[in-house]
Amino acid sequence: MITKRIIPCLDVKNGRVVKGVNFEGLNDVSSPVTLAEYYSKAGADELVFYDITASSDGRALFTDILKETAKNVFIPFTVGGGINTLSDFERVLSCGADKVSVNSGAIKNPNIVYEGAKRYGSQCVVLSCDIKRVGNEFRVFAKGGREDTGMEAMSWIKHCIDNGAGEIVVNSIDTDGVKRGFDIEMLKAVCDFATVPVIASGGAGSAQDFVTLFKEIPDIDAGLAASIFHFGEVKISDLKELLKNNDINVRI
Amino acid sequence: MIAIIDYGVGNLFSLHQSFLKIGADTVVTGDPSIIKSAERVILPGVGAYGEAAEKIKNTGLDKIVREVVSDGKPLLGICLGMQLLFEYGTEFGHNEGLGLLKGHVKTMRDEIADGLKLPQIGWNALDIKKQNKLFKYINNGDHVYFVHSYHAVDCSDSLIATTEYGAEITAAVARDNVYGCQFHPEKSGDVGLKILKGFLD
Repeated sequence: MITKRIIPCLDVKNGRVVKGVNFEGLNDVSSPVTLAEYYSKAGADELVFYDITASSDGRALFTDILKETAKNVFIPFTVGGGINTLSDFERVLSCGADKVSVNSGAIKNPNIVYEGAKRYGSQCVVLSCDIKRVGNEFRVFAKGGREDTGMEAMSWIKHCIDNGAGEIVVNSIDTDGVKRGFDIEMLKAVCDFATVPVIASGGAGSAQDFVTLFKEIPDIDAGLAASIFHFGEVKISDLKELLKNNDINVRI
Repeated sequence: MIAIIDYGVGNLFSLHQSFLKIGADTVVTGDPSIIKSAERVILPGVGAYGEAAEKIKNTGLDKIVREVVSDGKPLLGICLGMQLLFEYGTEFGHNEGLGLLKGHVKTMRDEIADGLKLPQIGWNALDIKKQNKLFKYINNGDHVYFVHSYHAVDCSDSLIATTEYGAEITAAVARDNVYGCQFHPEKSGDVGLKILKGFLD
């Protein structure tokens, strides 16, 4: 049966991994290529690269890095950040990316989901969604979680799936950075109706949080995290052993 | 030399890199003379069956593929490229394939449980049914990366491996010098590179 996926996420700015990292045996901890190779060897099932560069020079550096990664790392990777047009899809796919993640770009121009799926297939289009509770509803936030769009999150996700989004990354702003576990309630709400894979993001503070995630929501497909992997708090190889020991089907 | 056939379907950067990684002299090309001069040929593909089948016919490369196969050269189809090796596919209507292998390609929806998502996206275990050089360097149960909604059926004479996704799904086929992988060896880590290495043997 298909395995549950563990996905480290790398934020890249001007060609370097942003969050501080400290690994034994890694000389250049902020090199995305080195880190990607390290994660791949440790058993990561997939990688996500977010380009948080603002300048065009940085953007060019980013595509160089994607190519370097694709020459050395042979697991799937998704690219997000600054994806607004089909030419942005083309730019990253031609560097070896497998999937393209749209977030603010889709909020600004919802057609990008449909257009991307039509040209590259649904499996290629990932909708990434930053969600926060406002009053009684789940609300979509834009601009890295700073701006309330006023859109109700579940209908937004459903709309994007109907338009061809092939995978959904649900990032809970409420649990992100708190490190007390994934937002089970929010994720369940998405899994209740989603007909495409759902990836949990935001809140992982320990390996146990992933066990809880997969036990509480058998339909969830993957868990994504950044800092706990980057800081070496959780080793992917140890995490997968723990999952396996808890009867969760993983690739080891 | 290995030729990866470029007929305008999907991106071939990673596939090219994976062969370079295992030290194989490899080119990505749509040039018939280069393809014919290669020792081994790779037929890739992503997207929809009909469109890909049409593209390979419009470029005339279908004839080149047949020629390569009748010359006895090893041909490896990957993902949709593997599906094209069969007689026909029923994705968005009936579309003729290359007919190099017996069987056809249909949606997995009718066979798998209702709750299961399509496409199947992710890592799944190979259940090797018949030993083959593709598996020379790997073990039964090793995981490979799948992205697909359709699979080959009625292909018992070429079936060499399956995977379990709510039903037994065709994962790899081989008959004489024609090989195919439904999964993506170029995205299946060390296991995938070993499968490509086996193909080169």
